[in-house]
Amino acid sequence: MIRLLFGRLVQAALVALMVGLLTFVMTRFLPGDLAYRIAAGRYGYDIVDSAAAAKVAAELSINQPALVALGQWMFDLVRFEFGTSLISGQPVWEEVSTQLGHTLKLAAVAILLSLLIGPPLGILAGLRPGGLLDRSLILISTGMRALPQFVVGLGIIIIFSLTLGLFPVAGHDHPGHLVLPALTLALGLAAVSNRVARDAMRSVSETAFYTFGRTKGLSEWEVFRGHGLRNVAVPIITYLGVQFVYLIEGVVVVETLFAWPGIGHALVHAIFGRDVPMIQGAAFIMGLLFVALNALVDALCHLIDPRERRT
Amino acid sequence: MIRTPTILAALALAISLSGPAKSAGDGVVDIVAPFEIKGMDPTTSGDVFLRMGIVETLVEADAEGRPIPALAKAWSLSEDGKLWTFELQPNARFHDGAPVDAKAVANALEIARGKPGLLSKTPIQSIDAVGDKQLTIRLTAPFAPLLAFLAESRAQVLAPSAYTGSDVKAIIGSGPFKLTGFAPPQSLTVERNPDYWGAKPQIEKATYLSVSRAETRALMAESGDADYVFNLDPASRTRLSKSNKVKVLSVSIPRSVMLKVNAGRDVLADRKAREALSLAIDREGLAVAVLRYPAAATQLFPPSLGIWHDKDLPPLAYEPEKAKALLAELGWTPGADGILQKDGKPFALTLTTYPDRPELPLIAAVLQDQMAEIGVSLTINSTNSSEIPAKHQDGSLDLGLMARNFALVPDPIGTMLTDYGPKGGDWGAMNWSNPDFDAALSKLTRIADAAEGAELRREAVAAIQNDLPVIPIAWYQQTVAISPKLEGAGIDPYERSFGLDKMRWAE
Repeated sequence: MIRLLFGRLVQAALVALMVGLLTFVMTRFLPGDLAYRIAAGRYGYDIVDSAAAAKVAAELSINQPALVALGQWMFDLVRFEFGTSLISGQPVWEEVSTQLGHTLKLAAVAILLSLLIGPPLGILAGLRPGGLLDRSLILISTGMRALPQFVVGLGIIIIFSLTLGLFPVAGHDHPGHLVLPALTLALGLAAVSNRVARDAMRSVSETAFYTFGRTKGLSEWEVFRGHGLRNVAVPIITYLGVQFVYLIEGVVVVETLFAWPGIGHALVHAIFGRDVPMIQGAAFIMGLLFVALNALVDALCHLIDPRERRT
Repeated sequence: MIRTPTILAALALAISLSGPAKSAGDGVVDIVAPFEIKGMDPTTSGDVFLRMGIVETLVEADAEGRPIPALAKAWSLSEDGKLWTFELQPNARFHDGAPVDAKAVANALEIARGKPGLLSKTPIQSIDAVGDKQLTIRLTAPFAPLLAFLAESRAQVLAPSAYTGSDVKAIIGSGPFKLTGFAPPQSLTVERNPDYWGAKPQIEKATYLSVSRAETRALMAESGDADYVFNLDPASRTRLSKSNKVKVLSVSIPRSVMLKVNAGRDVLADRKAREALSLAIDREGLAVAVLRYPAAATQLFPPSLGIWHDKDLPPLAYEPEKAKALLAELGWTPGADGILQKDGKPFALTLTTYPDRPELPLIAAVLQDQMAEIGVSLTINSTNSSEIPAKHQDGSLDLGLMARNFALVPDPIGTMLTDYGPKGGDWGAMNWSNPDFDAALSKLTRIADAAEGAELRREAVAAIQNDLPVIPIAWYQQTVAISPKLEGAGIDPYERSFGLDKMRWAE
């Protein structure tokens, strides 16, 4: 367990280094003049002219050589100094931590919802492979996964907000605002996790020990609780780790659509406005978060699966 | 271990999250617009504070763009046109209780003048508080549009306690509404200011939410989540105007789509070549197909710009045959591929545009087609908006398709000076100059006589129409969707206010 966590720590350091380097190189190679873009982000493009751009360039010493700037950035990174946003003038750390809070809330509810939707359906389908539920689920899952989240989100708004009037469309001031964006993400996650659960359940239900459980007279629920649940849980939770990628990519689209003030939304705006410290800060935190969540998944699997503990 | 109670608890949590669905009917006006709140500084998001009625400027503008009193009750100009004297409202107070006195106003304007903004481009020598409620602005040269410049959102007046040095640390204005919650970049909330010096608004509370996706904004209007939704996309506008759940209002605003032309390029240097390009554009078809409203430009300024629109000016026409004839006169002959040639070189240009306004790349595609009709080949480069000023500076631009706002201040003279001065401007003329035009513009900044001003404006507008340093294409309309429960709501063509102070709930 300790060795496992240490491995993840080394990984976190490597991810930090890579993200740091890559964001630096990529922001340098984005098209368009840096000073103009920052000035446009700050003052709006109606007002941007060469004078404003020149002022920005002077203020931020944009014209310093790339290597000097890279050295400065890496040095700041080691000290967890992210600087201040070029657009708002607020410390990047302050902005990112507020946005991260919003994103984590959204992601947590999305994962929870997806676990309530995906695995139970998948397990039911896995108990009767080829049945009506199994066949309709494969159709729905494929469709859900193939549709862009933007379209799924709009569809959900039209159903739950316009037609049924249950939840508000967008905003962030009360918990009801969380439901539709979380559901949009959750459906995408559940589309895959129900397939994983279905396959896991199917292979478990075909084992000798599961059949034995049935033949010795246990009810279907008792066999599942005693012999199925734990075995099925391991692949589902392991797969969650893979799904975080989908989640991180998803928040960018979903947050923009639902006007949710999270880190994905902030990242998009930072890229448009060439707010380099914000891009670097947000990407850095998202990278570390990814490693942390994967470590959590490892730890969970470790707890669920007794075989891992013996090794 | 995952146990049944855990799952049930999770389910209960999920259900408890489904809070009250609708916010309408709670007496709070929910306003939704695309503008993000970037920070407290008036140079970045001052327009949002002004629109929400939190802050005020010295001077306001009426529907025709004429200056009217705001924090300044009255003003006068000295004989030599260099000394403006402003009398302040006697009872105005900031939201922290401090009086709006001459010292506070002078302080706010001095700080604004030191930051990027139009005020920094005025010939101001000094701003002085001469009495408790009397303020003077001394100029180095007569500058008639000063009043319009003082009405700009970045010239807003904040309380002395709002500043630390020249940094803004709090939004303490004097408007009919005061700030009660501030959550950049997305939202803020306001409450009626009980001590407001002017007419008290009827609305008690309002919220502002920035929503960048036009589709989401339209859906918020339709579902009743928002009461006043600013800026709808063409498709949503068509759909919502058929719905009885919202009222849709449109007004033409002082923003024009135009082609910026580099008159320094060989092929574009001759006025006839620019006229040919202009004659090749079917503006009416383009406006209806892309913008979905009749907004074809007949000249640079739309009728909403009152004094700058000349209704007697012969309109820009669509005559592709005449365009071909003009180009033939200039020695261009069609090549084998249909593209015009002269001295073995094709008539080929690059058109630079940007997708920040989603209709621009579409308009660019239509232009590419219409130019091909007369044998001109366009390559579209849809990139970042900053490429147009950047390419203006290094001289590499051919054509730039852009949308220009002429009402940064209620009188477009400010924009005209920066865009069409003798050296051109990032968002205006390039390598074009016309001595008569320059003389008219420079005189306009000095004279205050209305009739003489009108004549000079006519001359300036005619010069642009004739020389075509930019080719006007379409005029914008601004659209808002308003809840039927809200009365008295409108659109300000100068985009200075959401009009919260004039709204009231229907009985």
